[in-house]
Amino acid sequence: MTTTQERRAPVPDPPELDPAPVGLGLLGWVRWTWRQLTSMRTALLLLMLLAVLAVPGSLFPQRSIDQVRVATYFEQHPDLAPWLDRLSLFDVYSSPWFSAVYLLLFISLVGCVLPRTKVHLANLRQAPPRTPARLSRLPEHRSVEVGASPERVLDAARAVMRERRYRTAEHAGPGGPSLAGQRGELRETGNLLFHLALVGVLVAVAVGGLWGYRAQVIVPVGGPYVNNTTNLDTWDPGALVTADSLPPFSFVLDALHVSFDDDETSSQYGAPRSFSADTTLTEAPGAAPVERTIRVNEPLRAAGASVYLAGNGYAPVLTVRDGDGNPVFSQPTPFLVQDSNYTSTGVVKIPDSPTGQVGLQGIFLPTAALGADGMPASAFPDARDPVLYLTVWTGDLGLDDGVPQNVYELDTSEMTLITTGDGIPVRLRLEPGQTAELPDGLGSVTFDSLDRYAGFTVRHDPARGAALVFSLLAIAGLTASLFVPRRRVWLRAGTVAPAGSPVPGTGHTLVEVGALARSEDHGLAAEADAVLAAVLARLDEHPAPQPEQHPRQQRPEESAP
Amino acid sequence: MSVDTTLASTSNSLVYSAMAVYAVALGASAFDLATLGEKVGARRRAAGRSAAPREELASQAGGVGTITVGRTTAPTGPAPLAEDGTPRKAAGIATSLTVLALLLHLGGVVTRGLSAHRAPWGNMYEFSVTGTSVVVLVYLVVLSRRDIRWLSTFVLAPVLLSLGLAVAVLYTDSAPLVPALQSFWLVIHVSIAFVSSALFVLAFSTTVLQLVQERREVQRAQGRPTGAGRFMEALPPSADLERLSYRLIAISFPLWAFTLVAGAIWAEVAWGRYWNWDPKEVWTFIIWVVYAAYLHARATGGWGGRRAAYLSIAGFVCLMVNYGVVNVFFPGNHSYSGLS
Repeated sequence: MTTTQERRAPVPDPPELDPAPVGLGLLGWVRWTWRQLTSMRTALLLLMLLAVLAVPGSLFPQRSIDQVRVATYFEQHPDLAPWLDRLSLFDVYSSPWFSAVYLLLFISLVGCVLPRTKVHLANLRQAPPRTPARLSRLPEHRSVEVGASPERVLDAARAVMRERRYRTAEHAGPGGPSLAGQRGELRETGNLLFHLALVGVLVAVAVGGLWGYRAQVIVPVGGPYVNNTTNLDTWDPGALVTADSLPPFSFVLDALHVSFDDDETSSQYGAPRSFSADTTLTEAPGAAPVERTIRVNEPLRAAGASVYLAGNGYAPVLTVRDGDGNPVFSQPTPFLVQDSNYTSTGVVKIPDSPTGQVGLQGIFLPTAALGADGMPASAFPDARDPVLYLTVWTGDLGLDDGVPQNVYELDTSEMTLITTGDGIPVRLRLEPGQTAELPDGLGSVTFDSLDRYAGFTVRHDPARGAALVFSLLAIAGLTASLFVPRRRVWLRAGTVAPAGSPVPGTGHTLVEVGALARSEDHGLAAEADAVLAAVLARLDEHPAPQPEQHPRQQRPEESAP
Repeated sequence: MSVDTTLASTSNSLVYSAMAVYAVALGASAFDLATLGEKVGARRRAAGRSAAPREELASQAGGVGTITVGRTTAPTGPAPLAEDGTPRKAAGIATSLTVLALLLHLGGVVTRGLSAHRAPWGNMYEFSVTGTSVVVLVYLVVLSRRDIRWLSTFVLAPVLLSLGLAVAVLYTDSAPLVPALQSFWLVIHVSIAFVSSALFVLAFSTTVLQLVQERREVQRAQGRPTGAGRFMEALPPSADLERLSYRLIAISFPLWAFTLVAGAIWAEVAWGRYWNWDPKEVWTFIIWVVYAAYLHARATGGWGGRRAAYLSIAGFVCLMVNYGVVNVFFPGNHSYSGLS
């Protein structure tokens, strides 16, 4: 799949495909298949197929982007979703059919580019071709008579063509000595570079996928982060990453600064305006700590990994006491943000209370209000009137099954919701500093204070630099392949028939310039003019500018017997 | 940093003024095209009656023993436009008004940016207003190099339409940026996307005209009536339109690749992953692949011209989907439309 912008003379449409080989055996079939696969027509179809097959990934939620939305889709379309899933429509970009198309495309590309590279290398070593007998048949043709000898003309032409970066070769011929020039091989070099660099990008992406990792972690203000897998909330390693390959850096989240649009008249009221996290980084155990600020577009780069400020939210500091008044839980509890006003949900799991396992399910509102549906919802993302609502569950938290659990969700399948006598769930309402008694003598819960947390993404991709370099190489090659003109220019210096030229002021040497474009070329006429003008300037000749008005001239080759 | 509401409302007034002037310019250029089409059509009909004998003469003249010493170039076809020296007053007016409108338009863009102390492309309204100004700017730059005044109607009409859509549907008050957009990559990534999109838009216009012209040429060659649309007579032949479309796309294609790469660099800085298969990324990639297919098709035997033109149109449709549908309806990391 190599782009050539060469426009050939119209030829009849080639047959759609080579006829399949008959009786050629296995090898014949392999050759035939390979030829089809590496043909431009196939590459074109694969390209179009790739474009079409990429579309569904933007229509259906993708697991690689947002698992929650995929789960929601399953809930909303319980009949359809499993079928879509069988067709990999929730994992389009790692699906067998999408992979097949891009792999075939790249095989086709390599199969086309490698032979072309060989041809191109041979071309680079080859001298420019012989001068055509009739330069007047070329797309561009100029001629003029000069007084200088053919040898001097050719010397001038050689200098001019070198200056204009032509590779040249001299040829003798019946019409006189001539110089052939060829330039613009950079076009094909760029073309090949572009395609090979695309292979490089693909390889870099693959390497990043195999040896890179991505992790997410929530860190309350004041809390530390140590880069190892036990501290992570999600851990998404490449196939060849082991848990102990993480660099051992750590940092402390000293402060988190957030601000929101507080202009109530603006349509942007409540929109985020700035987030930044002040941290103290220790690059390796024992290294001197340094202060670093992480912002949304300014990740922390440490020991080959990058730490991004991906989100933030509230972590109410909660203390739960059992029926005897002994604290059984006391820590900042991150609540996950559900909407743009930071209505948040979270849970507290208390496995070791003398009164049995207790679970608290909560909604936190930084600025308490009632939503349109009458349910509590936050009216502003900043903490202007923070309120926490809790419901209480008892029973089996399910922590002893050995199955890893989501710490932000309560598995209530084995639990009972505590209700009042008439079946309405008990709902506790707490503001900072307040304490509420849990029903049934289960103890109490205190909302000590309100902290914030930061959500960080930790990422390592060993090949991202390579991907960038290959991308830029591809663009450079592409630009050359589109804009460097490939041209051939010939200049012949012929001797004009014996002295006594009918037109005064003309010379004895007929200089002919012919030019041929070997690519889309809008400047060929100007190039032919420029070459001729430069040669004449070197010869210090200023011939009459309207040669068309000259009477007929005989060219030697035509007067020859 | 708060928003300067005076500047913001100045920006709105400037955009409205620009639209008014564009509308008059559009009228003038449509008038020019119509009258020019009449004139060229009439001349062609007159020439059609005398063409045959002239060709005979020419072949006799080029006969035995003549050598034309001097410049010969490949024939480029008949001159399509009224190049008989008749001044095209309406076209001149249209161009002057377009320049005036663009100045107002750019004034609107700059004041909008100043009002919020940032690049004026933080939401769909601003993206449309700034993007259309780049389309007109690119048109005028090309115009300064070659006479493409025949294209002005097909530039101004979509620009005016987009501006109308922007002020009527997409309008959002000037405001500072959300943290995710606070990066100098916003300036690089989006401004290159603007220039590239503007070139694709112009290429779409010339491609459609190319297909219409080609149909008329076929009809004329078969001696069938060419039907309505006499203004097409004023336009270059389809082969020239095809070359122009190609050149516009050839310039735009590497710029689009750069948009992709700059976006990927920014994504790495902002989200920690240079490629997320986010819907906007997917569609940007699709557009790139479709135009890549166009370039390949044009270079493949039996696929050039008309069939390649369909791919270029498909590319434009994808561009519009990326601009109009993806931002608004597909949830993703690029949901900055400002619409709720």
